[in-house]
Order: sequence, then C-alpha cells, then structure tokens
Amino acid sequence: MILLFLLCISLFFAIVLAFVGDWKYAPEINILGSGATFVAGVALAVQVYLQGPMTVGNKFFFVDAFNVYLAVLTSFVSMTTAIFSRKYMRVEREHGRVGHWKMRFYHAMYQLFIFAMLLALLTNNFGVLWISMELATLSTVLLVSLYRTPTAIEAAWKYFILCGVGIAQALFGTVLLYFAAERVLGVGGEALLWTNLSQVSSQLEPTVLRLAFVFLMVGYGTKVGLVPLHNWLPDAHSEGPTPISAVLSGLLLNVALYALVRCKVLVDGSTGTHMAGNMLMGFGLLSVLVAAFSLLRQKDIKRMFSYSSIENMGIATFAFGIGGQIATFGALLHMLVHSLTKSAIFFTVGHASQMHGTQDMDRIRGLIKGNPVVGWSFILGIVALVGMPPFGMFASEFLILTATIKDAPLLTPFLLLGLGVAFAAIFRKVQPMVTGLVPSWQTPLRAAHVPVILHMALVLLLGLYMPRFLSDWFHTAVGLLK
Amino acid sequence: MSMSFAAQVNSVMAALILLTSFGLLVQRRILGLIHLFAWQGLFLCISTAIVGYITGMHHLFISSLMTLSFKVILLPYILYILVRKLDIRRESETLVNIPRTMMIGIALVIFSYHLTAPVTQLSTMVTKSTLAVALATVMLGLLMMVTRRHAVTQIIGFLAMENGLFFAATSATYGMPMVVELGVALDLLIAAFIFGIFFFHISTTFDSLDVEQMAKLKEED
Repeated sequence: MILLFLLCISLFFAIVLAFVGDWKYAPEINILGSGATFVAGVALAVQVYLQGPMTVGNKFFFVDAFNVYLAVLTSFVSMTTAIFSRKYMRVEREHGRVGHWKMRFYHAMYQLFIFAMLLALLTNNFGVLWISMELATLSTVLLVSLYRTPTAIEAAWKYFILCGVGIAQALFGTVLLYFAAERVLGVGGEALLWTNLSQVSSQLEPTVLRLAFVFLMVGYGTKVGLVPLHNWLPDAHSEGPTPISAVLSGLLLNVALYALVRCKVLVDGSTGTHMAGNMLMGFGLLSVLVAAFSLLRQKDIKRMFSYSSIENMGIATFAFGIGGQIATFGALLHMLVHSLTKSAIFFTVGHASQMHGTQDMDRIRGLIKGNPVVGWSFILGIVALVGMPPFGMFASEFLILTATIKDAPLLTPFLLLGLGVAFAAIFRKVQPMVTGLVPSWQTPLRAAHVPVILHMALVLLLGLYMPRFLSDWFHTAVGLLK
Repeated sequence: MSMSFAAQVNSVMAALILLTSFGLLVQRRILGLIHLFAWQGLFLCISTAIVGYITGMHHLFISSLMTLSFKVILLPYILYILVRKLDIRRESETLVNIPRTMMIGIALVIFSYHLTAPVTQLSTMVTKSTLAVALATVMLGLLMMVTRRHAVTQIIGFLAMENGLFFAATSATYGMPMVVELGVALDLLIAAFIFGIFFFHISTTFDSLDVEQMAKLKEED
C-alpha cells in the first residue's frame, strides 16, 4: 500500500504542477510533493526493515534492502534539491533566464523525473525497469536545454541521441534475457520478474546470458557514464539548471548502476563464472583513470564536477565488480555518500556561479569572503569528495581499497593513481576559488543553506558512525548480491 | 495457409526489412528516407501478424496494430509535417562515402549472424533464423546514426533501431509481455514529441538542422 502511495505522490504532483507550476507558491508545492514522497519512502523503509522483503501489486513491485535504501536516498535528495531549487530558480527568473511556461515545465518534469526513478527502483520487472530508465532520460532532456542557448541545445541533443542509442542496446539485452528466461519460466509476464529470475538464475542458459550481459552493460553503462560511453555526461550535467545537475549526478547515475548490478547478479548466477564482475571491474577502473585525468583539463566548474561523478561511479562499479562482502558493502556506502556529497557540492556551485554570473572557474574568486557559508560549505564538500577523513567518502573508499588489495592486488596502484590524480586536480582548482579577495563582479546572494548543511552533516555522521539499521540493510543487501 | 508457408512469408518479410535498412543507409533525400522508414514499419507489422498467426499468440495482433498505427502512419506523418514546416529538401554530404558505408553494413550483417548463432541454435521456434536480421537492423540503424550529420536522419536511424529491437522481440521470443510493449510504445511516443520540439529549437538556434555545427562542447587543451 505504502509503495503504491509513494509512487502516486510524485505522479500526482507532476500533473498538478503542470498546471500551476508558474504560480507564486509553486516551488513550495514542489517541496511539499518531494517531502511527502520522502515521508512515504521512510515509512516504506521502516516496513521493509521490520518485515523483510516483499512484493506488492500482484508481484509487479518488489522491495528489498537493496532498492529500499536507494528509494529513500532518492526521495531525500529530491526533497533537499527542491528546497534548494526554490531560491535558485527565483534568482534565475529575476535574471530573465526562465519565463512562465518554462517554470511550469520545469516543475512538472522535476516530479515526473522523480517518479521515473522511483519506478525504476521499485519495479520487479526488467522490462519496466528499462521503460522507466528511458522515461527518466526523456523527462530530463528538455530540462537540460531549458535555457535554449546553443551549448544547452547541443548538450541536450547529445544526451538524447547517445542515451537513446545506449539504452536501445539494453532493450536488446532484455529481449535476450527474456528469451533465456521463458525457456525456464514459461511464456508470459512472469518470466521477466526479478523475484522469479533470481531463484532460477543457475538454470538460465549461460551462452545467451553472456551475450545479453554485453548488451545490458553497454546500455545501462551508458547511463552510468562509464568510459568510453561517457561523452554525453559532462555536457548534459553542466548545461542544465543546477538543481537538475544535482539530481542527475546524485540520483540518476545511482539508479542506472542499480539496474546494472541487478543484471550482473543474474548473469554471474547463471554462468557460474566471474565474467560480469570482471567486465564491471574493467569498465569501472577505466572510468576512474580517464575521468581523473580529464579533471585536470577542466575550466567550467559544473563540468569538472560532472567528471568527478564519472570517477566516483567508476569506483562504485569497480567495487561491485570485485564482489565479496567488503567491496559490496563499500560500494553501497559509496553510492550513498557520493550522492549526498555531490548534490551538496552542486548546490554550492550553483550559488557560486550565480554570484559571479559565470561557470568559468577562472572568474570565481573569494567565495569565503563574499559569502562565508557558501565558501565554507564548498570547501568542506570538496574535502569530503576527495575522500578525506572524517567524512563518509573516506570510509567507503577505504573499504574498497582494502578489498582491492585483498582480491585484486595488481589493480591497486591504478586505483590509487586515479584517486590521487583526482584529489590533486580538484584541490588545485578549488583553492583559488574559495580564498582571496572578493572580485568586483561578485554580487551578494541569498543562498539556500539548509540543504547543503543537512547533506554535509549526514556525510560527516556516516564517516564517524554507522547507524545500526543502515549496516543491517547493507549486510542484507550484500547477501542478496552474492 | 500452412505453417511452413507462413514461416516462409515471414522470412521474406525479414529479408525486406533488411533491404529497407540498407536503403535507409544509402538514401540521401529526407523524404525518401521517411518513405523507406514507413515501408520498413509495414513489413514489420505484417511479420508480427504472421508470427501471431503461427503461434496463436493473440497479443501479437495488438502489437501488429500498434506498429501499423505508430510506425507506418503516425511517426512518418509527424516527420513529414516537420520536414515540410522546416523546409528541408536534401541533406548534406555523408561523413563516409556510400560504397564504403555499404561495405561496413555488410560486415555488420555477417557479424550479427555470427553473434546470434549460439542463441538461434538453442531456439526451437520457426522464426529463429530472423533474430540475426533483427540484430543487423539494430546495427545498421546505429551505423546510420554515426555516419549522418543531419538531425532528421539521425532520428530516422534511431527509429529504425527501435524497429530492429521490436523485430528481435517478436522473432526471438514471440513478443515481450504486453505491459512492456505498451511501455516501450509510450516511451517512443514521448521521444517523438521531444524530437519534434528539438527540430524547432535546433533550426531556430543554428539556422539549419545540420548537427555538425553543434561542436562547441568539448575539452579545451
């Protein structure tokens, strides 16, 4: 019941905001909708925590420890982003960058996007998973091109075409999966259900699943932004409005990785080998290295953090590929803390670029003097992002590194190189932005502090102390993903 | 109509789908591309109906009707209207010359047969041999998107890929579950809406639909 309610809220608010999205209090309605979704998400999580995994709606939906934590995370970050977006979009509107129609469109699509992500997480059906991933892409394409500048249109077109092509490969993979499944489970909708497939994964034909995984990997890997399928990501994440960058980097990448990991579990269960895991490790490590070196060359602030998202998703993918208890635990934690940190950073970056009227890093200066809260939360976010203690990212990266040394010692230097280069690249760029004198072109701004502080506090907490329920969830999820 | 005859007709349809894929690859006029795309949809629709007839799966008739209304009538019509409105006649040069594109296309077809060989060996269905054609259609659509630099052409390549995927679903598995097929159709419809908007945005911002000029976003050295 709660599950259906959870999905209906965002869909309902999407329809409402399509009509009143330009109204004076529309941002508040947007916050209300995301807040209600978050409350329902927490209620669902409590239910799953107390009663264990369950299926709802004639096996159409399915919740276990793995997807419920991502659902809560998704609804939480979408709520804080909605709070941030209230002040951010007001400034954009005052600057004349968005008008009435665009505000309506923006708010409606924001809620639809959240609906698509939650549907992708909670559905039991691999076909519906594909559909909702595509829906999540389609609902954000026109948000990326919201400002209608030539670069924004180029970015959105790239996003539309490359993700469309990529995700088409995933559909072919799903067809092959269905082909293998219906020989065991019989014809009909039942054969694509995760709950059925995971029970019979050892009976599925390995040759077919191996081929299917190659297509699924290319398809969902494009959406995760794995190198060499990442070309669309820095453009799409940097050209749209900043709240959209925050949810694309913080949430959508996680959902795509979730889809990929579910597929990996099935394929490795069928083939009895570590083939899918090895592919994840290879693509993950390549992403870490390429993204880390690309970070060095960035000039645009949002573009730089998009590359950092590729790097961090690479780390999580790599860890899921290693498998085993420590690495999977680390990967789950990494997805959580990266999502919180990256969206917090995008909030501060959004304010910083509004204060300076540019996204060019050479023109952003003196943040701490100009607006101490924005400046300090920015620098704390960076410290967390590059994996310094005592923040949560340190814990997850440490776990992943430990597992690498244990299970794949030869790859450790490459992973360390990637982490080190990323650290140096980001710090070198950020340091002049926050320190120094206030430049003449900087304008004061009323920033939204609550979301950033909330996120950073959570990331700090996760670095120092892991709540009991969370570690229980993660342990159950680790068991599921074996 | 006997079963083996129906299966043969289905193979003919598969051949025609592959033929239209190659046609799309070499056709330079936009209107010609739209016609070819509509023909491909029609062959797909007939093939789906035949598979439905052979297997007695009635939901395939619904899929077939959906193909007819979307891919043969609605999408080509939308594209036609857009092309008329934006006054596009002929697209610019292809990136790779046509004979070479054909050679790459043939290589892709052979590759598809090679790739699907283990899958077709396992299948007991009468339509199993067409799976390779389906994958080839997907690959040729992909090739078309890579070698062309016009927004409308790229979209037609994208839709041809979608045709290939749909064909794969009917030839390998007698169609996906209904809920999945409806969802895919819905996504396709939204995508059609979005690319329609895009054509206007691109042509008003860049004065033409040549996507070659959209090359501002890249790494600076």
